[in-house]
This record gives sequence, structure tokens and C-alpha cells, in this order.
Amino acid sequence: MLAMQQPRPAYTRPAAYTRTAVTLHWFIALLITAGFTLGATMTDLHMSPRKLRLYSYHKWIGITVLALVLLRLLWRAAHKLPLDEPMPPWQRIAAHATHWLLYLLMIVTPIVGWMYSSASGYPVVYLKLWQLPDLVSKNKQLADQLVDVHATLAWTLFGVVMLHAAAAFKHHFFDRDATLRRMLAWRRS
Amino acid sequence: MKHRPPLISSIALTLAFVASAAGDPTIDAAKSSIIATFRQENVPVDAPLKKFNGRIDYNATQPNAAKAALEVDTGSLDLGSPDYDSEVRKKEWLDSGTYPKASFISTSVKPGAAGHFDATGTLTMKGKTQTLTVAVTVSQAGKAMVFDGAFEISRAYFAIGSKEWEGEVDDKVKVRFHLVE
Repeated sequence: MLAMQQPRPAYTRPAAYTRTAVTLHWFIALLITAGFTLGATMTDLHMSPRKLRLYSYHKWIGITVLALVLLRLLWRAAHKLPLDEPMPPWQRIAAHATHWLLYLLMIVTPIVGWMYSSASGYPVVYLKLWQLPDLVSKNKQLADQLVDVHATLAWTLFGVVMLHAAAAFKHHFFDRDATLRRMLAWRRS
Repeated sequence: MKHRPPLISSIALTLAFVASAAGDPTIDAAKSSIIATFRQENVPVDAPLKKFNGRIDYNATQPNAAKAALEVDTGSLDLGSPDYDSEVRKKEWLDSGTYPKASFISTSVKPGAAGHFDATGTLTMKGKTQTLTVAVTVSQAGKAMVFDGAFEISRAYFAIGSKEWEGEVDDKVKVRFHLVE
């Protein structure tokens, strides 16, 4: 923790992320994959108790992602990030823009999903235990619009995640730098 | 089919009652609401019943003489999605084809504190009847009388619900009403 706070000399190996950041990154990645796959397939299912259950799981996953991303941003605010690997400025800008776009989508997509749930008259009951407040009141027309916005956001998130992953692979396999590695193992200290 | 006679007689009663007071105020469906709340995996889902009619005779000076008769179109239950709406009209559920109406007819009224009374009556649904007592709050909104209350019914008692959904949707269904006359 402490070492992280100190500026690193440029010649040392770039720091990896902390255990917290790495765990959050991969756990959120896993949840997004599961939530997206569920969301993309569950809507076509025939109406059944199973379908409703899958919708519930999808909502719980979304709310979990939302909460974890907020934690992740807190982590980010409290820590210095590892230095970027050497790369052309446009790549650096693109990488950081992609990260912020990911954060934005990881926050907005679940919130719009939650709004859609509220507008449809089906409150979100997190883990079957806690009923979350309705963000908007029941309104069919609004629900129809929100579900489209939610889907568009989700597919955009999917695209940006693919771009983010492709860039990580490019750094790992072509540039052979530590970009991906620093997210694979947390800092030994 | 053997359940039909009581339903028909109760509808006849309702109609007779409604007809007997032609010209008297009846429930203003546009301003009123009857909402059934189902619980599916702990998620409360409000389903309004969109079509109903009836009347409540209530005079604050003679609350004992109050009478109520209501009739609801079971096919007007709105779960917010066409899939669920068609499911809930099926034979295993409300069977709206065979039993298009549900009714409540009061048999006695017990006045409580000012603006409150307990209405006991017969609820008829899907060919089955149940006597229940509903706590009603009366208030005045301009010229209109407003009656609010809620009660709980068991789906199992009225044989409403298919095996597939057993354990998924709570047996208890809460019905709350806001009737303006």
C-alpha cells in the first residue's frame, strides 16, 4: 500500500496493480460476461418460472457490477496507478479513453436496466432479500424505450470490452510488454 | 361446471342490486383502482384489474345500512406483459374464459371509528366463494366518496395457479382497492 503512494523512478519495472484492483478487475469481468450472456439470451426464452429466475439473476449481477465498479473507482481515487508501458501517445490516449468509457458504461448500463425494471413494474429485489427503491414509476412507454437504451448500452459495453481485451492481447503478444501481466499477478511486496 | 350456479346467482344478485339503484351513484372506474399484488420469488408485482363496476351505498349517519356490490372482469388483470397476461387467463389460473367475472357482495357492515367500517361479504371467484371481512376507510374528496382498503386471498383456495408456478409465486395475493363514487 505505502510503496504505491510513492512516485516510482522511471527506470524500474512498472508496478502491477494491487491485489484489490486485480481481484475487482477479474471478478467484474466475469460478472459482465455472465450478465451479458444471460441478458442476450434470456429475453428469447418462453415464459416460465425459469425465465423469471434468470431475469432475477441478471438483475443481481448488474447491481453487483454497479456496486463493485463504484468500489473500484474509490480504489482508483485512493491509489496511484502503475505507470503506462512505453507506447505511442495516441495509444496511450486511446487506452485511457477506453478505460473511462468502460467505467461509464459499467455504471450507466445497470442503472438503465434498473430503471427499466422499475418502469415495467417489477422491482429489483437484490438476492431475493432487499427490495431496491424504484428509480422511476411504472410506465409502459418509458419501459419500452428504456429496454432499447439498456440493450444498446450493453452491446456498446460488449464492443468496448472486446476492444480493451484486443488491446491487452496486442500488448502481450506483439509488443511483448507488461501491460497484461500487471493485471494477471498482483504486486509482490 | 358444477360451480356455475353460485356464480350465476351472485352475478344476478349484483346486477339486481346495481339495477335497483339505477341513477344512484356508482363507482367511477376511471378514478378508482383495484390492484392485486403477486409475489414472485419475493418480487412484488402489482397487477391492476382494469375493468370493474359496482356501487357502494354508504351514509355516514347510518353506516350499518351500508351495502357494497362489485364485479370485476378477471380478464382485465394487467401484469404488464402480454405473455404473463395470457398465462394468467388460462384454465389453471383465472380461467377467464369460463369465469369472466369475480364479485364481492356485502352481507353485513360493522361500523368502527369515524370513517371506518368492516364490510363482511362474499367473494366469488372461479366458481368458489369465500366469506371475508374487509376493513374499509371512508373519506370525502369534494363531492365524491372514497373507499380504501385491502385484503389478502389464498390462490390455492380459489384453485388459481398452475403446478409449474407452485413455490414460485406466493399463495397469498394482496388486493387493495381505491374506489371513488
